Amino acid sequence: MNDATPAVEIRDLHKRFGRLEVLKGISLTARPGDVVAVIGGSGSGKSTMLRCINMLETPTAGDIAIHGEDYKMRATRDGGLEPADRKQLQRIRAQLGMVFQSFNLWPHRTVLGNVIEVPVQVMGLPRDEAVARARQVLDRVGLAAKEDAYPSQMSGGQQQRCAIARVLAVEPLAMLFDEPTSALDPELVGEVLNVIRDLASEKRTMILVTHEMGFARDVASHVVYLKDGRIEEQGPPEQIFGDPRSPHLQQFIRSIA
Amino acid sequence: MIEAIDFSLLALTSPGWGGALLAGFLRSVELAAGGYLLGIVIGLLGATAKIYGGRILRDIAELYTLLIRAVPELVLMLLFYYVGTDLLNTLMASLGREGIDIDGLSAGILVIGLVQGGYATEVFRGAIRAVPPGQIEAAQAFGMSPFRVLRRVTLPAMAPHALPGMANLWMIATKDTALLAVIGFSELTLVTKQAAAATREYFLFFIAAGLLYLALTLISNLGLRWLERRARRGLPAAA
Repeated sequence: MNDATPAVEIRDLHKRFGRLEVLKGISLTARPGDVVAVIGGSGSGKSTMLRCINMLETPTAGDIAIHGEDYKMRATRDGGLEPADRKQLQRIRAQLGMVFQSFNLWPHRTVLGNVIEVPVQVMGLPRDEAVARARQVLDRVGLAAKEDAYPSQMSGGQQQRCAIARVLAVEPLAMLFDEPTSALDPELVGEVLNVIRDLASEKRTMILVTHEMGFARDVASHVVYLKDGRIEEQGPPEQIFGDPRSPHLQQFIRSIA
Repeated sequence: MIEAIDFSLLALTSPGWGGALLAGFLRSVELAAGGYLLGIVIGLLGATAKIYGGRILRDIAELYTLLIRAVPELVLMLLFYYVGTDLLNTLMASLGREGIDIDGLSAGILVIGLVQGGYATEVFRGAIRAVPPGQIEAAQAFGMSPFRVLRRVTLPAMAPHALPGMANLWMIATKDTALLAVIGFSELTLVTKQAAAATREYFLFFIAAGLLYLALTLISNLGLRWLERRARRGLPAAA
């Protein structure tokens, strides 16, 4: 581990939906090059935690810093927090790329249109430069031949690879994966995992919420086990999967295997 | 006994009424197109106010659509035309300005647009609601500003959902222009009535007017079909 500025730093994050407290004080750091896998049962809060990182969910309490910059937050009337500086929010968000469980491609744009959209519209890249970059990343995810297809004309695996290309095109500081293979037919999971594995081997910073334990063990540099809104155990994958200490984690790993 | 119909009455130049009929028809198309476009603008504003607006904006939009949809269009038109211009003039007078004279075309477009806007608001609101929230969320997650999200994602993604309803509204707009005859606009229906009364050839002129309205509808259908194909690109074919 080096002592560079963390790409993502979460300090004592709380999130409450009404009376239900989903996150009960989570602290987590991802340094540049870290691949953090977040595992845990359903309802453990792992997706909520991930969505707080780019403020798709706003925390009830706690701080989040991206590359050393804290989100400026202000209190809301119902006792939570909300982003106080829209410009800052948009600037920070543009440095994060999120891959969603349900792809969330823009259906009215082609594959190429989806991939150049953010570089052109948000980052202000000239169109031809964005297209050149898009072709590169599409080639990386194996969709070079599909640039004129619309999302609806592709398989789920292809759509998710396109969504990954869309993230790669913004050259993000950190990539956030929210259960990227959960919505896929089993035979399509492999092609998506291979692309992610490839990216992980390049030392890209990633935070990956996943149910694929074998995959997490392979690619993660650090594994976090969430249970009832708290980090119950964390460590290198060999320790988490090979020598889990908490009885909950032991049981969780047995139930998945 | 039915006499032979004198088609020369439809000649474009006097003593034929064809030219007057065509001029009325063009006026109708102008009124419909202008009112429809204004309705689209009002509808987009109304729908975004209802979905994204604060409490006050939402209430205003709510009240507007309630009134528009509750009151008969003819009453609304009379109301907007007479009371509206009156109010405007009183307002201007109280501000120490002289009353403004709204020309007929603008007033007609305004009246149709206000009515269309009420319905368009609901069409757009439903269409925006039909866009999967994940697509909007993705745009936000990439740092798009709210306005850009609306322009680049929400509006184009809702277009295919809005088109059938908006096509309907265009048809209604073309026919609502006929209601303006009551206020004295020389659009197609009023001109037809004048021609028919002057010549006593009611059948001839109202059939001719009907055919003109029909032609407009058929041509519109072609355009709308093309638009719908374009807006639906990327979407799976309708089942």
